[in-house]
Amino acid sequence: MTTASDLSCHGLVRRFGRQSAVDHISLDVPAGTFFSILGPSGCGKTTLLRLLAGFDKPDAGDIHIRGQRMNDVPPNRRPVNMVFQHLALFPTMSVGDNIAYGLKRRKVASAERNKRVAKVLEQVGLPGLEHRNPQELSGGQRQRVALARCLVLEPTLLLLDEPLGALDLKLREQMKIELKHLQKQFGTTFVYITHDQSEAMVMSDQVAVMKNGRFDQVAPPEDLYREPATPFVAGFVGDNNQLVGEVVSVRDNLAEIRLEDGEVVRGRVASGGVKAGGRAELYVRPESLVLTGDALNEGYSAMQARVRTTLFDGANSRVEAAKGDQPVYARLPQDGSAPRLTTDGIIRLAWDPMLARVFAAGNP
Amino acid sequence: MSRWLPRTYLTLIYLLLYVPILVLVVFSFNDSRTGYEWGGLSLRWYEALFNNRAMVQAMWNSLWLALSAATVSTIIGALTALALHRYRFRGKKVLNGMLFIVMMSPEIVLAISLLALFLLVGLQLGYVSLLLAHVTFCLPFVVITVMARLSGFDERLPEAARDLGASDFTMTRTVLIPVIMPALLAGWLLGFTLSLDDVVVSTFVSGPSYEILPLRIYSMVRVGLKPEVNALGTLLLVFSLVMLMLSQWILLRSKR
Ligand SMILES: Nc1ncnc2c1ncn2[C@@H]1O[C@H](COP(=O)(O)OP(=O)(O)OP(=O)(O)O)[C@@H](O)[C@H]1O
Ligand SMILES: [Mg+2]
Repeated sequence: MTTASDLSCHGLVRRFGRQSAVDHISLDVPAGTFFSILGPSGCGKTTLLRLLAGFDKPDAGDIHIRGQRMNDVPPNRRPVNMVFQHLALFPTMSVGDNIAYGLKRRKVASAERNKRVAKVLEQVGLPGLEHRNPQELSGGQRQRVALARCLVLEPTLLLLDEPLGALDLKLREQMKIELKHLQKQFGTTFVYITHDQSEAMVMSDQVAVMKNGRFDQVAPPEDLYREPATPFVAGFVGDNNQLVGEVVSVRDNLAEIRLEDGEVVRGRVASGGVKAGGRAELYVRPESLVLTGDALNEGYSAMQARVRTTLFDGANSRVEAAKGDQPVYARLPQDGSAPRLTTDGIIRLAWDPMLARVFAAGNP
Repeated sequence: MSRWLPRTYLTLIYLLLYVPILVLVVFSFNDSRTGYEWGGLSLRWYEALFNNRAMVQAMWNSLWLALSAATVSTIIGALTALALHRYRFRGKKVLNGMLFIVMMSPEIVLAISLLALFLLVGLQLGYVSLLLAHVTFCLPFVVITVMARLSGFDERLPEAARDLGASDFTMTRTVLIPVIMPALLAGWLLGFTLSLDDVVVSTFVSGPSYEILPLRIYSMVRVGLKPEVNALGTLLLVFSLVMLMLSQWILLRSKR
């Protein structure tokens, strides 16, 4: 346990009946980082956050904040604040009173309180709104008030439970960037929960991918994207194509896989247990796929697929093809140099095998 | 024709509702001994009313009873509603349903059972028996009003307060009570009016030591309609109007 970490947990477990919602989780969050926990619905994110905030007690394991053991400290005495999924602004209080609530509990004098409320409102971009009611604000403004209510207390650690979930798409995009800036500006350590992988990727310094109460991988966003540690991470973080087949050979860390229709494709081995004769999953990203005519790049792996449709979306236009009954997506070149695609036409997709990842199928 | 008909219809209904009340108010200022002929404007019946010491005493008794019954049932009712809302326990549904039974059962049944109970335990009929009886029939209304308010209550609010450093007690004082305040006021007012004009239950459980207004009026009217009663009715009407406006004002203010 280094002193530089703001939060460190060891072997946290929380069971509901026979199910472990949090299952032996250990984590270490260095001071000043934006740490995200990314996982599908029901994987135990909220349960974990409630353990950190102190609303719930772990069945096993320890929580340390700045080196202090927190297990038996009630929520009102932890140097931690939480932004709730549905914000939980006090409806009977003005914006100013909401933000001053924590300061009042700390017995900060009223003049000082007003000064700090005014300052934090300015920092979150809502100067002079003290006397408004939370109900009179827009979704994005309420979001900022909830954030200000926590930040004004200068917590060691700020916990955020899918705080953007209630906002519409456009506002979410904007708040994503703004949250990141606010975190840098305040220098507070953020532990941010989300099931939206793009949120986690854009904002975080570190992302923990969670599944069934466990962390599959903890890494910076780019590493998650390039070097997923498990098939689940490969499939959950960013768009990815999955091809399943039988391993023909493994050589120099490159595996050859025979797909169901007999074609053989290649990719880099990314997990143990990939052996000739075993089953394996190959993941290759849409932007790694090249639509080829005949000229095949040196060393590329290739396969045929049947065109289903093209999805035009500006720079992110893709072709949807089918390999057997498995959909395969490929990025279309932006310069419009793609060959004419007709529905049900056969195309050749090729990729650099070093950009594809092969996992043993059924690997946990 | 098509607009004329609904208007007449509405007018008739409102006349039906308000003519009796209007007659009462007008005749309370009538300077005549009989209730059916106009003898000029006068305040003599108001004077007679305030000189009738038994009547004034009954009025105070009623007010005091309504105040205490409303307050006691609001406190007990609010706590009951909080418990029913917050905790899960066996028999919760049954308890919930039993509230409605008290509310729906005919008043006369409640009156007889209460009387039987008081006689059984040997309770002297008077203020205490009246208070117990009134709290009994006010309670479900308070519980249901407060529960309705709590059902829209965001469970995360108490946690947010705790998270920001409030103790359980501070959280209750600063977050929970302000949120349910309108319901508490509404429940209290409901209890107050229910208690103030109750006749049936009170007839059974009151004793000679504590006479209350509705029973006093009832016994007065039995021997013939006195204009004094009109004056009293008018005063009660003004009083309830003031209470109504007060509660509306409080509710409006709390909504903003
Ligand atoms: N109080 C509880 N009692 C019993 N089971 C619970 C309780 N709270 C959570 N669970 C279970 O624990 C698991 C994890 O729930 P949790 O709320 O942590 O998921 P989540 O990752 O936050 O999901 P979401 O993204 O949908 O909010 C779920 O299967 C849920 O049913
Ligand atoms: Mg959740």
